[in-house]
Amino acid sequence: MLIDTRTPDPKKFINGATGDWEIVIGMEVHAQVTSKSKLFSGASAEYGGAPNAHVSLVDAAMPGMLPVINEECVKQAVRTGLGLKAAINHRSVFDRKNYFYPDLPQGYQISQFKQPIVGEGTVILDMPGETVEVGVERLHLEQDAGKSIHDQHPTMSFVDLNRSGVALMEIVSKPDLRSSDEAKAYLSKLRTILRYLGTCDGNMEEGSMRADINVSVRKPGGEFGTRCEIKNVNSIRFAGQAIEYEARRQIGILEDGGAIAQETRLFDPREGVTRSMRSKEEAHDYRYFPDPDLLPLEFDQAFVDALAAGLPELPDDKKARFIADYGVTPYDAMVLTLEQASADFFEKVAKGRDAKTSANWVINEFFGRLNKEGKEISASPMSAEQLGEIIDLIADNTISGKIAKDLFEIVWLEGGNPRELVESRGMRQVTDTGAIEAAVDEVIAANPDKAEQAKAKPTLSGWFVGQVMKKTGGKANPQAVNEIIKARLGIE
Amino acid sequence: MSVDTATVRRVARLARIKVSDEEAERMTGELNSILGFVEQLDEVDVSGVEPMTSVVAIKMRLREDVVTDGNVPEKVVGNAPVCDDDFFMVPKVVE
Repeated sequence: MLIDTRTPDPKKFINGATGDWEIVIGMEVHAQVTSKSKLFSGASAEYGGAPNAHVSLVDAAMPGMLPVINEECVKQAVRTGLGLKAAINHRSVFDRKNYFYPDLPQGYQISQFKQPIVGEGTVILDMPGETVEVGVERLHLEQDAGKSIHDQHPTMSFVDLNRSGVALMEIVSKPDLRSSDEAKAYLSKLRTILRYLGTCDGNMEEGSMRADINVSVRKPGGEFGTRCEIKNVNSIRFAGQAIEYEARRQIGILEDGGAIAQETRLFDPREGVTRSMRSKEEAHDYRYFPDPDLLPLEFDQAFVDALAAGLPELPDDKKARFIADYGVTPYDAMVLTLEQASADFFEKVAKGRDAKTSANWVINEFFGRLNKEGKEISASPMSAEQLGEIIDLIADNTISGKIAKDLFEIVWLEGGNPRELVESRGMRQVTDTGAIEAAVDEVIAANPDKAEQAKAKPTLSGWFVGQVMKKTGGKANPQAVNEIIKARLGIE
Repeated sequence: MSVDTATVRRVARLARIKVSDEEAERMTGELNSILGFVEQLDEVDVSGVEPMTSVVAIKMRLREDVVTDGNVPEKVVGNAPVCDDDFFMVPKVVE
């Protein structure tokens, strides 16, 4: 049933005492659907809220309450399916997954088991030196559970049902991932796609996106091994750490002649280890059956087509367009398209300007500065127009690249019109050759020994460039300075 | 299809229903006679017949995405044996 789509790659092997091992990873990602109300009730789906405030009597599973499905959640699932280039099932069925837990008042979760709303799709990963195609097995709609708080009382747990009944999409991948880096790239790419589509906010800290990670190891290219499932990993970094730890744990057991017990484990970020969740194992019998309260979910191709027509440009398409239209490198295109807001910002800056220069400034200076301050692009103190103006000032030789960085700093911290700032603060670069020549002559006259050395060894002329730049307060055009120094010293 | 006492015990545990040995024994017999009764349906040839999901041919209704409910925490926790500050309180469930 499980098909191996990958060719074993020695670069990804883990070296054990008995030779190489290959990791096999598949993921189940739970993504909270962006909607105003819950999947089957009219209570608010908003995060937070006072205890049990976002709860209807349907969510609390009071007797006689009946679920009515939210059309927007269905549309969001279909949009996501289209974004994953997946098959959309015009008919799907809701089932009850039965288990007992205090934060599950119904005693079952409404989910989709045999007939999910979305079938097989694909996620493309850009890894260094290769493109990895990860199969999506399915996507189905289901209800979230409530929340239990265990640390407020010595003998009691507190239960808040505000999350109960909020719509989730469970996105199940095929076991196509072969390293923790690929697993992290998969989560990151999935998050990017969901955020572009607007179907999930991808906020892992608030739990809007979390992953159950299936990990097994095998001899390269061999039979799939027994897997363990690491539950509820809520950050991309933790996913990487959990997989690395778990793979090595399994290799250790196998190399000692042991066998892997199929089980559910939890990752402890403080210790960096995974631990068995022994207690729940016994009861894993969900006795799925079709929910008699709900008819099959049916829609026609016109419904799907209308949603397809309203989709935004997706990350892969945008990336391809950036490479083709702007001539940026695949890596830069990937960075620029990680977030829709970043891509929009770049396009505003690049409009009518040199695309590569624009990409460099947006990625290195602008994103670099945002990261340093931990700011989202929406909270940036600098607009695309301001950054574009700085780039124009370099292009028309008003300022040098070095001065531009100082100007960037001023605009970032104080705001204002870059061109006016250059004038009011006297930052305009000196292109007047006479003035530069005078400065060069002065420096050469003051350092006759160094001038002699530079004549013999032209690489030393760099020292003169530095001195002249210092003398002119950094405002001389570095290219002009370089040329004049070479002419004066008589070096090629 | 028939069930043995061990299966009856397992099903009871999954449903969180406490049954004594005596009850499990009795229920095994009862359940087997129910299963035997239902098995008569196997005599009907249903090959090529779509499973029926509703007596009337209707499609599932979909609801508009608007907040129309909630903000009734006192009703939600109204029947709870123990509650505090609008939280349900239950015996500690963490290991």
